[in-house]
Amino acid sequence: MTSVDHKRIGIMYLVAISTFFALGGILALLVRTELAMLGDTIMDADTYNRVFTMHGVVMVFLFIVPSIPASLGNIIMPIQLGAKDVAFPKLNLMSFYLYVAGAFLAILSLRTGGVDTGWTFYTPYSAETGTAVIAMGMGVFVAGFASILTGINFIVTIHKMRAPGLTWNRMPLFCWGLYATSIVQVLATPVIGITMLLLVLERTLGIGIFDPALGGDPVLFQHFFWFYSHPAVYIMILPAFGVISELVTTFSRQKVYGYTAIALSSVAIALLGFLVWGHHMFTSGQSIVSSIVFSMITFLIGIPSGIKIFNWIATMYRGSVWLVTPMLYAISFLFLFTIGGLTGIMVGALAVDIHLHDTYFVVAHFHYVMMGGTVIAMLGGLFYWWPKFTGKLYHEGMGVASAVLVFIGFNMTFFIQFVMGSQGMPRRYADYPDLPWLEPLHQFSTIGSYVLGLGLLLVLFNGIWSLFKGKPAPGNPWGGASLEWTHTTSPPDPHNFSRTPLVTHGPYDYYTVFNGAGDGAMGDGMGDGANRPAPVPVITEGAPQEFDKQIDLGTRQA
Amino acid sequence: MSQIYEAIRSFWLPEQASTTAHVIDAPFMFILIASTIMLIGVTFYLFYLPWKYRRRSSADVPYPVKENHLLEMSWIVIPTILVFIVFFWGFKAHVDTVVAPADAYEVNVQGKKWLWQFNYNEGITTTNELVVPANRPVKLIMNSVDVLHSFYVPEFRIKHDVLPNRYSTVWFEAVRADTFQILCTEYCGTGHSVMGAKVIALGAQEWNEWVASGGGKGIQPGDSPVELGEALYTKNVCNTCHSIDGSSKVGPSFLGHWGETRNFVDGGSAVMDEDYTRESILYPAAHIVEDYQPVMPSYQGQLSDGEVYALIQYIKSINGADVPATFAEGGFGGDGDAGGADAADDAAADAPAAE
Repeated sequence: MTSVDHKRIGIMYLVAISTFFALGGILALLVRTELAMLGDTIMDADTYNRVFTMHGVVMVFLFIVPSIPASLGNIIMPIQLGAKDVAFPKLNLMSFYLYVAGAFLAILSLRTGGVDTGWTFYTPYSAETGTAVIAMGMGVFVAGFASILTGINFIVTIHKMRAPGLTWNRMPLFCWGLYATSIVQVLATPVIGITMLLLVLERTLGIGIFDPALGGDPVLFQHFFWFYSHPAVYIMILPAFGVISELVTTFSRQKVYGYTAIALSSVAIALLGFLVWGHHMFTSGQSIVSSIVFSMITFLIGIPSGIKIFNWIATMYRGSVWLVTPMLYAISFLFLFTIGGLTGIMVGALAVDIHLHDTYFVVAHFHYVMMGGTVIAMLGGLFYWWPKFTGKLYHEGMGVASAVLVFIGFNMTFFIQFVMGSQGMPRRYADYPDLPWLEPLHQFSTIGSYVLGLGLLLVLFNGIWSLFKGKPAPGNPWGGASLEWTHTTSPPDPHNFSRTPLVTHGPYDYYTVFNGAGDGAMGDGMGDGANRPAPVPVITEGAPQEFDKQIDLGTRQA
Repeated sequence: MSQIYEAIRSFWLPEQASTTAHVIDAPFMFILIASTIMLIGVTFYLFYLPWKYRRRSSADVPYPVKENHLLEMSWIVIPTILVFIVFFWGFKAHVDTVVAPADAYEVNVQGKKWLWQFNYNEGITTTNELVVPANRPVKLIMNSVDVLHSFYVPEFRIKHDVLPNRYSTVWFEAVRADTFQILCTEYCGTGHSVMGAKVIALGAQEWNEWVASGGGKGIQPGDSPVELGEALYTKNVCNTCHSIDGSSKVGPSFLGHWGETRNFVDGGSAVMDEDYTRESILYPAAHIVEDYQPVMPSYQGQLSDGEVYALIQYIKSINGADVPATFAEGGFGGDGDAGGADAADDAAADAPAAE
């Protein structure tokens, strides 16, 4: 627990994050169960408001913001860079404990009855409600520091710790995604910290920043909040873009189509993402001119996202597509994220958003982006790197079944919510007495959420099963060409590499690797599950050291 | 073709009941159709490419694909053109629908936890019923007395946040005489999901009659106070906070406390009788019962004394007390709803005492 090894910290994060994902998921199921029937069924309106708030806060601040960067990023990124660890290992550990402290404060608020403001904490409601907003606000404040420290750590690591030969143009796209994410984390997170601090001061001292009766501005909080929380959307999705790039290329055994475009568009999205917060506020009473400007910049962001999707699809062209679990998740990501993106165009259009704002349409849209995007990518990444950091193979049949269940359950739960939303169902309703004809649609959605829950349980079970019963994983079960596959064992040595690797080609140059003598000749053990053949050889024990020897002797070709 | 279009539109969107609804639906439908085509294309390739280039052997040799600049330009330029069409359409539709015509009939709207109040220039006040003339533009000037609310009528495609200490406006013109649903779409606490109201659009003649009658029929001799009280209980949304089955909601239940001594947060106490109940309806902030929040709005000026009397009789009847079957002769005639029921006031004030 006090290890400064990035892999161990990453696994600690993974356990903590999974716990909060499970908590948030249970809360979500409670929400869906309550909505399945008209009237109070399993809880009253006050309880419902606390449950959906807790679902939002846990999922956003304790799960999805740290999700991919702090767990998979921590474990994999330094290895992909050919580094022994992140730049500041102790800071890394500190950020984990800050995250735990923030989570503890947030959970503490449950003891005094929870919070009923929604995860957005809009004033003046949050300034006057009788619930534990202060504990929750401080929790978010403290967890924010964990996010900032991780961001700083990653930026420095990527700038200073890359192995010789690993130029910016040879950096895996997962690292590019994390790099863009880290920029946003460092620049945007302080704003939410200050906003939460102001909210706490408003409640305790009545300083009147947000209270119009004291000369404050009732809309100012929304500006502050979205100035962080819109860029935060990119904190959530950019690492997912990175994961998908890795999955698509490895399982197509094909260079990522438009590597430069994907790498740079991540950074472009990160920067433009700071200028669109007002599109959450088209109905708030901000000036029409600002609404128009925000709407336009929002569409500018849509373009690089679209380019990425086309590039990933094109990557499969003339490749050798291997439909194993991680690739199935990647393909469902491409489908779900496309829907998320296209409905984003819908809510970005000014007049249309007036009708759709704060309805289930928006709920469905951001679940398609956040869950259909980030969570699906994270699951894909987990299956992909699971053999690497646990040293065990997962069960393929169960993996495929989980991917199918999650895909079906997710679409059942959320697609119908687009229709409910455009028909006028407002979000954050504990009940819908004025729209009783929506009841069957709500029931359909609720059943879908159970299927989704079942799929996710299967993922958990698969993980536990593989730890106890899984076959030992070879160094490179997928035939990946980036350093974590070609130069380390599964699981990697404590110091990753016994000697710093020398990088002589891009991360996805399968053609070079495959046709040259490459990193070794083809293995011939076909079909054996524990020894999946790949163009880049399956590495068993001691292999990285052998590579290092080859490098020293100058016999290694690439 | 247009039938298919209409079928798709009515699947996704509620009916168009305002003059501006179709302006907003047009870009919605354009994006929907363009998105569907694009999604079908993407889905096709998501099935076709993994099948066509499926891995046949673990030793498959990857084929080096050269980037095709024409293809790349096409998927940069075409989406860019499309999103700019969408942007301008959305922007123009918004500008075309957001400004109210100068001759619009104005109604003042107050959002409060958890009801809507509508104040008319004719001195009428209604709760949760926005009565308007059909086929005539209506402009709402809205503010909130507490937290943020948002005024939403799906059939009109209008929505705007309602803020404390600031006025915001929306306008609409109902295309026919009918009833439409108002919903609150900005989270505002316990009663958020029951903060619904109705727009009642009336034909020209009904509208004139409604205004002339001061917003509805007054109390007639022979009416049952308990029945009127029951109607007022739901009409003025007392039911959002006060149950009649003894369960405690935002406020105390109407059942079970009649005649009890109530303890206040400031240390005082009072017996729940007619006078205390009248004060609680008209001046709710005067005394706050322990364990409850001071959130009840005042009904002063909205309920005539006759109506307050009726509500009290209703509460008594729930608790099993004897109540008169009818109003006293010559008692509560006149113009009922609004605060203008001065003529009836004296008689009304006497009535509880006569009980």
